[in-house]
Amino acid sequence: MKNTIGREVPVNIEGFGKTDMFIGAWEKLKKGWMDEITIPPPNKAKMPHQCKSCMDLEQAITRTSPKNGMTVSFHHHLRNGDNILVKTIEILANMGIKDITLAASSLNQSHDSLLKYLKDGTITKIWTSGLRGILGKEISKGILDKPVIIHSHGGRVRAIHTGKILVDLVIIAASAADEEGNATGSHGKSAFGSLGYAMIDAQYAKQVIVVTDNIVDFPCIPISISQNFVDYVVKVESIGDASQIATGTTRITKSPLDLRIAKLAANVIEHSGFFVPGFSFQVGAGGASLAVAKFIREKMTQQKLKGSFLLGGVTSYIVDMLEEGLFKTVFDVQSFDAAVSTSILNNKNHIEIPAGLYANPFNCGCLTNKLDVVVLGALEIDTNFNVNVITGSDGTIRGASGGHSDTASGANLTVVVCPSFRGRVAIVKKTIHTVVTPGETIDVLVTERGICVNPNKPELEERLIKTGLNIKKIEELQKEVESIVGVEKEIEFTDKIVGVVEYRDGTIIDVIRQVKP
Amino acid sequence: MEIIKKAQAGSFESSDILILIEPLDKKTGRKIEIDSTVMKEYGDSIKKLINNCLDTYQVQNIHLIAKDKGALDLTISARLETALKRASQQ
Amino acid sequence: MKKKRRTMLYIPGNNPAMLQQGGVYGADSLLLDLEDAVAINQKDAARILVRNILKEIDFYDAEICVRVNHIDTPFGMKDLEEIVPLQPDAIRFPKTETPEELGRLIEIIEHIEDKHGLPHDKMTLHVMIETALGVQNVFDIAKLSKRVDAITIGGQDLTADMNITNNRDGSGIDLARKMIVMAAKANKIDAIDTVFVDINDDEGLRKEAEYSKNIGFTGKAVINPRQIDIIHEVYQPTQEEIRKAYKIIRAFKKNKEAGIGVFSVDGKMVDAPVMARAAYVLELAEIDFDSI
Repeated sequence: MKNTIGREVPVNIEGFGKTDMFIGAWEKLKKGWMDEITIPPPNKAKMPHQCKSCMDLEQAITRTSPKNGMTVSFHHHLRNGDNILVKTIEILANMGIKDITLAASSLNQSHDSLLKYLKDGTITKIWTSGLRGILGKEISKGILDKPVIIHSHGGRVRAIHTGKILVDLVIIAASAADEEGNATGSHGKSAFGSLGYAMIDAQYAKQVIVVTDNIVDFPCIPISISQNFVDYVVKVESIGDASQIATGTTRITKSPLDLRIAKLAANVIEHSGFFVPGFSFQVGAGGASLAVAKFIREKMTQQKLKGSFLLGGVTSYIVDMLEEGLFKTVFDVQSFDAAVSTSILNNKNHIEIPAGLYANPFNCGCLTNKLDVVVLGALEIDTNFNVNVITGSDGTIRGASGGHSDTASGANLTVVVCPSFRGRVAIVKKTIHTVVTPGETIDVLVTERGICVNPNKPELEERLIKTGLNIKKIEELQKEVESIVGVEKEIEFTDKIVGVVEYRDGTIIDVIRQVKP
Repeated sequence: MEIIKKAQAGSFESSDILILIEPLDKKTGRKIEIDSTVMKEYGDSIKKLINNCLDTYQVQNIHLIAKDKGALDLTISARLETALKRASQQ
Repeated sequence: MKKKRRTMLYIPGNNPAMLQQGGVYGADSLLLDLEDAVAINQKDAARILVRNILKEIDFYDAEICVRVNHIDTPFGMKDLEEIVPLQPDAIRFPKTETPEELGRLIEIIEHIEDKHGLPHDKMTLHVMIETALGVQNVFDIAKLSKRVDAITIGGQDLTADMNITNNRDGSGIDLARKMIVMAAKANKIDAIDTVFVDINDDEGLRKEAEYSKNIGFTGKAVINPRQIDIIHEVYQPTQEEIRKAYKIIRAFKKNKEAGIGVFSVDGKMVDAPVMARAAYVLELAEIDFDSI
């Protein structure tokens, strides 16, 4: 049946169950509590001076008594340099464990080798925010019987709180840990910064293993993951490829097109009415989205304007803005380069936060609820401002939901930046393949050929028109793009559903169907 | 237009198309091979455009290989026209 | 009202990716280049591509100028035959050296325009001075025809022709620059300065653009879109200049309504040239004439 934004979502999905239909971005938050009940965290006890150290990962896993049908979780703070996830699955597979539910906060190219475990029944269900590389391609072809469930960062925390994701075992990679399992990512040879995504799993998983390549003297400070949640500690040679984990300092893009779009977006923000002293701000980790920070930084310096906090995925560029005094605080759920871990360690105003505080709305107030301005990307956007960040123009899974729908829901001003078309493929379209973020939460679209304001914000549109910016109706922009690139042939899909897209409140906003071979 | 020799036009750059053509014997017909980075989305329309262009230039017996990197229609037409003109020169 | 030409973005004529994006960067003018930016064996490909681009692509408000190959090359004539009928805003002639040569070119263009039933006064011509001889003859070249609307200097080729090194301070081509500006001013047309090649040196670009503006150039060639904003900032009128222009335009409108043709502002008579200058200042400041 069609949900409230016109997406065709079956009432019952094979391999998933009954769907709770999306009914609007804020409908489920209005009553002030969540319908679903939360589960209690696990009940454990340890004898005094009981040793947690294990010889290797295999021994630790064996001690947790893995079973068929278990849920194992991991996190993506190691980005493309992770090798712990694949090692763990290999060990479980060799033990003969089958029917595993993989609850990885995000999956990328470093996990490509998991493919054979999807094909042979070792892994039969996946919860994740992002699915890139070979896994995304193959899952789109329908190699799993159960659809993959795509969630937002905030939504993942909600799902764990309610037991929808029932974690049996979590493996937490840390760049420093002590013998009791106090762990952090802020120092060590493989330092990666914030452990924000792992914190909920540490509290709720039945068994917790901390893996590190750097055992430090007790206690390991700062205590990002606390020992009272940790069952076992393992030292390995290396938690991953350091060169892929901490990739130097992040540079602003040199692409003239991205810079042009970023400059226009900064002008929109400047005249939006939200560029005021004490404003809070979030940008992406690269491309036009990060480049907006460069122009905002220049404007803030020129106008002697100071902001309140920066939020989200943190790059060294954001750290620079903090150190310059342009903002008071940085709230960090994920760090993108080496300079950031040092800042977490040394700067008391650079605060590591868990994903729940970042973006789960089912509590007394997550940080995205306090955000003023967020700049996001898009793979596709339709004329109702609905955004796709998960599937490409060819219908295959290649992106991530991440914090997109979380921040869009909370921010006072949500700005999407993207080219109007990439190569020959239109990004601004009449209909898109998958909706991750509903249009009612998107305020402005900034492209190189025009800026479009959501009709639900008429005063903002008037304001921006008065400043002489190139404001167009999104239908007009879409028609213009079509006249340049031509009309795309519609991709054909089968009826098989290979992915279910969860909105942050647990409702199902869209589904991903198998591409016809 | 009479195609008398092999020719090519365009490049492998993004948003361009490389078109390679050679004449075939009379009555062999058109042998057209298209490879595109946007095959699913535009494969059919590229083939149609190429055939229409060949009709306009009244070219029948030709082997044409197109390697497309997301070129717009105007670029595909331009590269094809260039290749045909090069192939018809002495 | 005179159109502003603060920046002219050079786009290689055989590069579809750059051509199709040309109009999005906010440059005042675009130069679609069939000449130096195109390899000899691709001149035909570029010509056909640019022709299709001119027909299909919307460059929004930018002025479109096409640089053709020199008429003495095997390509120049074919370029003109293909491009003139499409009537871009302007055609730029490289390496113009004598008024006779320009005269010959104009005849060819008018002949093509006649063939297609096109007027002789719509498309304008830009001459590019890239040799010592061209510099010596620049005033006569510019004076030759009302169709000549801008003079540009080609710094790279000029230093090669003069057999000097193109050093950073531009001292070698300074006289040439000034002569070109003088010829442009004497003919009341635009002078466009040469490209600044180091696209990573923002400060150097700004300094050169400021010097350029101070000696009278009305704009500068640009080889990377990132250079555009800096040059626009340099050409941005001061608040004082804008205020004065406002005063003049407002006074003009008021007096026009009252039927008064001649009037003064701040004790100075406002005649047509003063009006034109004021309108140009507002154009540079991107202020809408009608909003005053």
